Amino acid sequence: MQPLKRFLPLAAFLLLVVLLVRGLSLDPTELPSARLGDSLPDFNLPVLGESVSRQAEDWRGEPALINVWATWCFSCRVEHPYLLELAQNGVTIYGLNYKDDPEKAIVWLDDLGNPYTETVVDKDGLFGLDLGVYGAPETYVIDASGVVRHRHVGVVNEQVWNEQLAPYFEAGLTAGGSE
Amino acid sequence: MVRLLLSLMIFWSAQSLAVIETYEFSSPDLESRYKALSQELRCPKCQNQNIADSNAPISRDLRAIVHEQLEAGATDEEIIEFLVDRYGEFVRYRPGMDSNTLWLWSAPVILLIMAVAVVVTQIRKDRDGQTISSNAERANRLREKFDGDPS
Repeated sequence: MQPLKRFLPLAAFLLLVVLLVRGLSLDPTELPSARLGDSLPDFNLPVLGESVSRQAEDWRGEPALINVWATWCFSCRVEHPYLLELAQNGVTIYGLNYKDDPEKAIVWLDDLGNPYTETVVDKDGLFGLDLGVYGAPETYVIDASGVVRHRHVGVVNEQVWNEQLAPYFEAGLTAGGSE
Repeated sequence: MVRLLLSLMIFWSAQSLAVIETYEFSSPDLESRYKALSQELRCPKCQNQNIADSNAPISRDLRAIVHEQLEAGATDEEIIEFLVDRYGEFVRYRPGMDSNTLWLWSAPVILLIMAVAVVVTQIRKDRDGQTISSNAERANRLREKFDGDPS
């Protein structure tokens, strides 16, 4: 046997180790949104608890979070206190009440506090579908010109904010590029 | 009476299992396209299921969309494009060819070429070492090999 050939199994093994170790740090649930870099899809949805409605253009002007939530969603309750904290620190958060009962949603905000600048009601989830929502909670970042910059699936906490969301709220994006 | 109760119970349990809704189609062709599409589209929430198998709310919504668009006369490509626009290539179990999926698509061909190469070199090596000219010789060799074996 040639000396080089002898090390072939070892090389194959090492390659496998590298691939598997890489695999350990991959999160298959982390799907980038298909809407990244696109304007927020058009919508015309009623504001929760009011008789007015909002369109996508109404949410332009400054970077903001869009938080997809529902009263049936347990993790939404978990992230709620942190959203309140963010709102107190001046972060604009729009709520998207997703496939929920608006009555219950109003009670929820009365009980737990309201971190949202305003919440729109997407009762049948059609706007959610346009946005690519596949569950709750999900949180999107839009910039000043209404372009979707980031999506986070799951609970927003301090770590997620610092690592993924906060960068979009520093001066850079407030100027807003055009589409 | 017991029998009636039992049969009712069986009926109800069957009902509770039938969580995936059924749709009425205006033609059998649409129905078979619906079946094919819902097998081929992947649930974004429960990643190892197609939307036909999944009970996740999002899969129910996606099935409703597929049904609605089929009835509205959309082609399979249009429906897939509609969903890829929203959920990315991820929703397809047969993703299109792009820079991300190049390896995925070319791997079978590469592996086949490698396998053929291995087989060919092995056969060449065997030929160089020993030449079996006839069936008679082969039989002789086998006899030699197994001669004296107790079995």
